Amino acid sequence: MGRGLVAGLLALVAGLFAASLLVGPAGLAPVQALSALIWGDALAETLVMREIRLPRAILAVLVGAALGLAGAAMQGYLRNPLAEPGLIGVSGSAALGAVLALQTGLAAAHVLALPFAALSGAVLAVLIILALAGPRGGSITLILAGIAVSALAGALTSLVLNLSPNPFAASEIVFWMMGSLQDRSMTHVWLAAPFIGLGAVVLLAQGRKFDALTLGEDAAVSMGVHLGRLRLTLVLGVASMVGAATAVAGAIGFVGLVVPHILRPLVGARPSVLLPASALGGAVLVLMADIAVRVILPTRDLKLGVLTAIVGAPLFLHLIYKTRAQGQL
Amino acid sequence: MALRRASSSLAAALAIWAGAVGAGPPERVVSINLCTDQLAMMLAAPGQLVSISRISQDPNVSVMLEQALGYPINSGQGEEVFRLQPDLVLAGQFTSSYTVGLLRRLGVEVVQLPIVSSLDAIPDAIREVGHLLGQHVQAEAVIADFTADLAGLQQARDTPPRAALHYANNYTSGENSLAHEILTAAGFANIAAEAGLSGGGTLAMERLIMLMPDLVISGQPYPGASRSEEVLRHPAMRGLRDRHAGHALADAEWVCGTPAVLRAIARLADLHEGG
Repeated sequence: MGRGLVAGLLALVAGLFAASLLVGPAGLAPVQALSALIWGDALAETLVMREIRLPRAILAVLVGAALGLAGAAMQGYLRNPLAEPGLIGVSGSAALGAVLALQTGLAAAHVLALPFAALSGAVLAVLIILALAGPRGGSITLILAGIAVSALAGALTSLVLNLSPNPFAASEIVFWMMGSLQDRSMTHVWLAAPFIGLGAVVLLAQGRKFDALTLGEDAAVSMGVHLGRLRLTLVLGVASMVGAATAVAGAIGFVGLVVPHILRPLVGARPSVLLPASALGGAVLVLMADIAVRVILPTRDLKLGVLTAIVGAPLFLHLIYKTRAQGQL
Repeated sequence: MALRRASSSLAAALAIWAGAVGAGPPERVVSINLCTDQLAMMLAAPGQLVSISRISQDPNVSVMLEQALGYPINSGQGEEVFRLQPDLVLAGQFTSSYTVGLLRRLGVEVVQLPIVSSLDAIPDAIREVGHLLGQHVQAEAVIADFTADLAGLQQARDTPPRAALHYANNYTSGENSLAHEILTAAGFANIAAEAGLSGGGTLAMERLIMLMPDLVISGQPYPGASRSEEVLRHPAMRGLRDRHAGHALADAEWVCGTPAVLRAIARLADLHEGG
């Protein structure tokens, strides 16, 4: 069951990755495009394929996987299907960290300042959320804490960008809040990949512990799970992935909510399978959204967060309604 | 009631004051737009121009920095401009309509000058500002110099090299724009016009690269960081410049329809010798 699902998702990611490479305003013929990508035979086509479309497709996979996995991990730890990095302000705080690094000039002075600043913002947000709405806190505490953290991070991001001497900075508020992969480059791939990879390895290794946790905290402790250590791993893993993803692509919401929700019934609610499946599912969703923005409005930079919110927000409302009906809210 | 009476007497006082100064050339002119600043500084009699906009003292966008530093500056807000008691305010076509409306309600004469989008329209703009300031002789002298210099610079080529204008957010200028005419006058063809763009607009980086320009003219980066300007240093654009195209910077001289565009044309035309 789990293995078949993972294989199916992998095939879907591969197919969408190829499609993402073939969509773009330059209107290259598929054969010509792939030949330029692999052999580098024509200068213009090669630049378009290797420097513009390839990094974009790779980033869609990385960012989607990071957000899907981070959502599934937070939901596994909090045992609450509403815990999602975008909704609870982790992405927004990462964006604030990134904007601070860029506008203070730290990011220009040191390459790693950008991802580390975004990561620090994300760590801070996860810690606040866990402190306010840890495993014993209810859904309502989680959502309210998330609203407050998101609102503050969003306001401070706007403030920093409005204070910038750069005339374009203020108009980029929408990028940091909604996210986009337009015109990213290999530089961004190298910046994000190590942090997302490290976070993914660390979190995927916790699958069995999240399985034990579904039986309740006491049962998990009796099975040898060290809760404090698990929490620390979760904080660093989620922050590392969401921080890096947000630093290069802005805050893209709802991916970590939609993907685990769709996949959960298919894996029999086992976190150890849900985690890798959600990483792949996140990649599928962001690849699809990023292809869609280029098909719907090819000449404009439609933000990814617009599409994920259109899909995700109704689902979020449905989840709140369901949680309320079960008397958990 | 008292308030109403006070406001109507204020309006009457303003009308008399406006009528009294309306006869001769304006004595207190305030400019609140970068491009009208430049024309006014070129044409105004000593003491006639009392304030220019803050942006004219910004070395990144001002072409007349030295002269601009000699004037008091304003930030173009209604209250601040009104306090300067101008009898003429020069504004741009896209100056905030709230500011313009407020000043007009207060009885101040505001003239909004249109955006200049061709070289031919530059003498008209100079003539209009000269007329408004009552400096006809000075304006005609500036126009004569401009027309002669432009004729000397203009060069037609059988196969002009193809240039791409590349600004932040992949913004570029197609036909019917001042930047397009600067390119053409300097003997270059504009790839944005090939792509069918008229006026300003965006041209996706992919399409720009597929058009393989011989020269990339990129916008000048501003201080502070922005994601919008990252496209200017994108590896794909660097690859294009390293392996195929020449590179030049577009700066403040490209912005306004004033004689400063002659310097932009001259520097651009010099690139022909190099390549």
